[in-house]
Amino acid sequence: MAQSVQGKGPSHIGIRLSNSAPASHREEARTQAEEALFGFWIFLMSDLIIFSMLFVTYATMGHSLAGGPGPHELFDLSSAAWETVALLASSFTCGLATLAMRYDRSLAKTLLWFAITLFLGLVFLSLELHDFMTMASKGGVPSRSGWLSASWALIATHGLHVTSGCIWMLIMFVQAAKFGLDPLVQTRFMRLALFWHFLDIIWIGIFSIVYLLGVLS
Amino acid sequence: MNADHEMERRQELRGYSIGLVLAVLLSALPFAGVMLGLFPRAALIWIIAIAALCQVVVHFRFFLHIDLSSSHRDDLQLILFSLLIVALMVGGTLWVLGNAHAMMG
Repeated sequence: MAQSVQGKGPSHIGIRLSNSAPASHREEARTQAEEALFGFWIFLMSDLIIFSMLFVTYATMGHSLAGGPGPHELFDLSSAAWETVALLASSFTCGLATLAMRYDRSLAKTLLWFAITLFLGLVFLSLELHDFMTMASKGGVPSRSGWLSASWALIATHGLHVTSGCIWMLIMFVQAAKFGLDPLVQTRFMRLALFWHFLDIIWIGIFSIVYLLGVLS
Repeated sequence: MNADHEMERRQELRGYSIGLVLAVLLSALPFAGVMLGLFPRAALIWIIAIAALCQVVVHFRFFLHIDLSSSHRDDLQLILFSLLIVALMVGGTLWVLGNAHAMMG
């Protein structure tokens, strides 16, 4: 039967090998998976620093409208709310995808949940693109004011991260189809899931600071 | 062994579901507050800030599985150290640019 290589109960590093693999292989796979995930956490934290600096740039530019349009004219809160719903739902389905991978070891189920995640990610991106076009059509282009430069930089950096997450997911579909759920593909899916959950956390900052506080100011 | 497996799975699924419910509530509250104008402005600012902080904690705990158990100690220490660096850079930037703004304005 399926056996967790991590014997210590539920863990995000519970990469599963078939029981026919010798114990030493399972131990090795676990150590490699732990190292790979820890390395990925270091990358995520460096990304966090990039986003923090974009947030603080945005904060210092809060009143630099230069007579241009401000948050009231440019932001559509219902659109931001739908983007929040799409991204949060995708975070949840991404978690279900990792559960399907680690407990059911079913390639079809794993890919189905990741495909739903990808679809929700694309919904998010198309809503965001629509927001950007609406802003630009109202004169809110990045070169108009310091505040607009800072908001475009922050929101678009997050959007590009989501885009690269979607591309990563497509690449993983190809790998999973070619190699099946082998340990390497599994750790890559786990890293993708970490990346995706992390982007949802950055979005909490964006909708709270840029959209909600922006409209209140 | 199979029962253990099933229990672990259900436990993790419950974690994701709790995380989802809490995150939905913590997003809906500030959005509804601002869009429907339910509270005075000063209260809304506090609600947005506190809901966002709580939601970040919820995401780390239920989606990224960071808790105080020893198997996640390395990840937690890395995150806390990164937050220290972030606090220094964000705090320093706001301080310096705030001063510059006040003196030149």
